[in-house]
Amino acid sequence: MNATALIAEDELLLAANLQAELAQLWPALQVVANVGHGAAAVEGALALEPDVVFLDIRMPGMTGLEAAQALTEDWPEGVPLPLIVFVTAYDQYALQAFERAAIDYVLKPVQTERLAQTCVRLQAALRARFESAPVASPAVMNASLESTLTQLRQLLAAPGLAATTSIAPQVLNVIQASVGAAIHMVAVREVLYFEAADKYVRVVTAEREYLIRTSLRELLPQLDAKCFWQIHRGTVVRADAIANAVREESGKVHITLRGRTDKLIASRLYAHLFKAM
Amino acid sequence: MRGLRSMGFGVAIALLLTGGFGTPFWPNLVQSVCIAMLCWFTIDVGRLQLAKWSHRNDPPGTPEAARHWPGWPLMLIAIVVGTVVGFSLGNEVANLILGRNFEGYFRGNWRQMLALLLGSLVPGTVITYWFYSRETIAGKQAAVETAQRQAAEHQLKLLESQLEPHMLFNTLANLRVLIGVDPKRAQVMLDQLIAFMRATLSGSRAAQHPLRAEFARIGDFLALMQIRMGDRLQTRFDLPEALADQPVPPLLLQPLVENCIKHGLEPAVAGGRIDMSAMRDGGTLVLTVRDTGAGLPAPSAEGTRFGLVQVRERLAALYGDRASLTLSDAHDVEGGTLATIRLPFTEVTEVIAP
Repeated sequence: MNATALIAEDELLLAANLQAELAQLWPALQVVANVGHGAAAVEGALALEPDVVFLDIRMPGMTGLEAAQALTEDWPEGVPLPLIVFVTAYDQYALQAFERAAIDYVLKPVQTERLAQTCVRLQAALRARFESAPVASPAVMNASLESTLTQLRQLLAAPGLAATTSIAPQVLNVIQASVGAAIHMVAVREVLYFEAADKYVRVVTAEREYLIRTSLRELLPQLDAKCFWQIHRGTVVRADAIANAVREESGKVHITLRGRTDKLIASRLYAHLFKAM
Repeated sequence: MRGLRSMGFGVAIALLLTGGFGTPFWPNLVQSVCIAMLCWFTIDVGRLQLAKWSHRNDPPGTPEAARHWPGWPLMLIAIVVGTVVGFSLGNEVANLILGRNFEGYFRGNWRQMLALLLGSLVPGTVITYWFYSRETIAGKQAAVETAQRQAAEHQLKLLESQLEPHMLFNTLANLRVLIGVDPKRAQVMLDQLIAFMRATLSGSRAAQHPLRAEFARIGDFLALMQIRMGDRLQTRFDLPEALADQPVPPLLLQPLVENCIKHGLEPAVAGGRIDMSAMRDGGTLVLTVRDTGAGLPAPSAEGTRFGLVQVRERLAALYGDRASLTLSDAHDVEGGTLATIRLPFTEVTEVIAP
């Protein structure tokens, strides 16, 4: 069993050191990629399908947490999801969240002894995965995926970890969207859904759609979470605009809006929102 | 409380009248107290209403609005109107109680009326002035106490933000690695960390240090960050020798540089450069910190960030209106954010010890 790993860490020295320490503690582990930011981690992991991914939390562009979210959402079916280990410097919110979600994490500066424990745990998890199903069975894979999803959900909901602002944001009532030279005032309660589009957010109402120059990450804390549900890392939908939701076998949920032809998809991470009362 | 004091004044006036005109004391007392109380009541109600009206546009919670003081011109109107109304009413009440018929303003001829009016305005104005000075003194005391408390809280926050745990532990993580692979560089890094920490700890106490020292300490901080960020962080310093001895508050620029890293360079995958410069513009010392990173996010974010608030507070405390901090997009092809501090230029006669 030759396990593979991907390391995502923006600080070169620390990345090199983590790799060197891993080589000592787990010689059989093959580090297939060493990347410096979140987007590269997602891309690399999807391409190389490693068994383990070490994710630094604070990275340029996309944080480690966002990278983990993207991985679970875009991960191909039939391939077991990598085991995720978060690497972080001191951060009181992060530590509490990790403890609560019972997710594996390593603190920076990385202590050799602590990393050794993590290696033992990872080896055991990989062995269990391999022994129980030499030919990956969907049932086992789904069980391990579900536990990862649950952990990630807890992390994403943790205060101060996913949200980048520490200041309590105000609830937004009107969106000011520029259309040519004019500024259109769009009432938030009339928005059907928001969709991330590169550096912009598409704001879709029944009448028309607008592009605003902000990120979904900044917008999300300003929306009333009871009315607007995040269903994908790139989609936030007004709950009462949803007509129905149909779960497909892979765990994704297809969503139809009232009186609209647009189809939205809720990722596995948010599929639990849709269940009968 | 004010009512009791006004009553005291009424008693004093009654004593004066008794002494001065030889009229009986008790009716004088009743009349003076009635008039004093009603004058106090009408003047004070007038004062509160006028104060509310004149501060209607001030945001609530400001000390100005909380003082209930409409300003002297409006207050004089309140005193005249309040005295006429209060005197007339007080006089009528006293007449009812005493069963006599002392003439108020509107009963005698205009000469009498004028004399009476002027006579009764004097105590009203004196009492108002007395209350006003007492309030001003109390207000100033409260302001001094608030300022002291804010200064203490501020220093604590300053220290916390400069020795941000995330920065500290990441630096230590790098140091730990360097000790193994490059002990020489590890020593240099440790020296920089020591110099920066020393500046942070003493900087929260010392009032000023030369601009030369400011650039050196920020240089230490950036060197530490450079070990972590590698090529993603470039720096450029421009400090003219003629300005190197200008006194500045210690680590004034540090929050700005940290913002450049946190909001400008860290989110940018390719990183960028931080430029720090000083120049003289007549009687003004201009310090700029700019980065070539992600640029300003939403305009609303300005001023809510703790770092900026902190710099503004420090500038206001030291220089009042004569210093400013502005934040804008850097207007050239490299983009990013530009922070500009303007503070009074100091004619340096003796060099401050670094």
